[in-house]
Amino acid sequence: MAHYLLIESRDPYEYGDPAQFADLALDLAEAGNQVTFFLIQNGVLVTRKGAKAATLEKLRNKVTVLADEFSLRERGIKPDRLASGVRTSHVDQLVDMLMADGCKAVWH
Amino acid sequence: MASGKTLTISLMDPPYESETTTTVLRIIDAALRRGHNVNVFAYEGAVALPLKTQAAHPNPVKGTTAEEQHHPTTSGFISALFEAARAGGAKLDWVNCGLCVDERGATDWIEGVRRGGPADFVKMAQESTNTLVIGTR
Repeated sequence: MAHYLLIESRDPYEYGDPAQFADLALDLAEAGNQVTFFLIQNGVLVTRKGAKAATLEKLRNKVTVLADEFSLRERGIKPDRLASGVRTSHVDQLVDMLMADGCKAVWH
Repeated sequence: MASGKTLTISLMDPPYESETTTTVLRIIDAALRRGHNVNVFAYEGAVALPLKTQAAHPNPVKGTTAEEQHHPTTSGFISALFEAARAGGAKLDWVNCGLCVDERGATDWIEGVRRGGPADFVKMAQESTNTLVIGTR
């Protein structure tokens, strides 16, 4: 089982493909891989309760969804406003995952 | 303490246009603080990030001086990353793509940056713990 680290930086309201990137995360998880979906920059806009809810709903209980706290803070998204299943994280944790053996990372 | 691990990052964004530049500098800083070596292959507009001639500027709309604005430069950030690497016993290797540099006349870099090419990136990736390729839009 591989660990895939998918890093989503794109604004879900500006681009159409963040939803497809989430689909990739889901497909990888359903194929038996460990998958982390790390949201950063405008990618965190999807984490607000009720915003693009379908994107995160399909990942629930299958993919670890993390959101960069610095990006959240820049955009005024408070931890108590996050959608269910989203946990705050930071670039230190991102680096730890990148440096772990066997991690396959994709930036989008 | 040095971890013995290395992260390679390929970056293409020019300075002052994308949040990605700031994010990458944050990732490099975090990796160096954790004792990891970091390779950066700067491609296309990213070769302008370490230009030594970048300067802070005043804001005539607000009537503030350059000192009051305290405007950060990407070359200043990268200089600080080289210092952090030296202080922490890790290595930062920043390679600017030579063809991209020539196209832009972007040749006057801060200390520590070197000229290279895609072959350097391949070697970096082969010898690294992991590689992160960060494209533009």
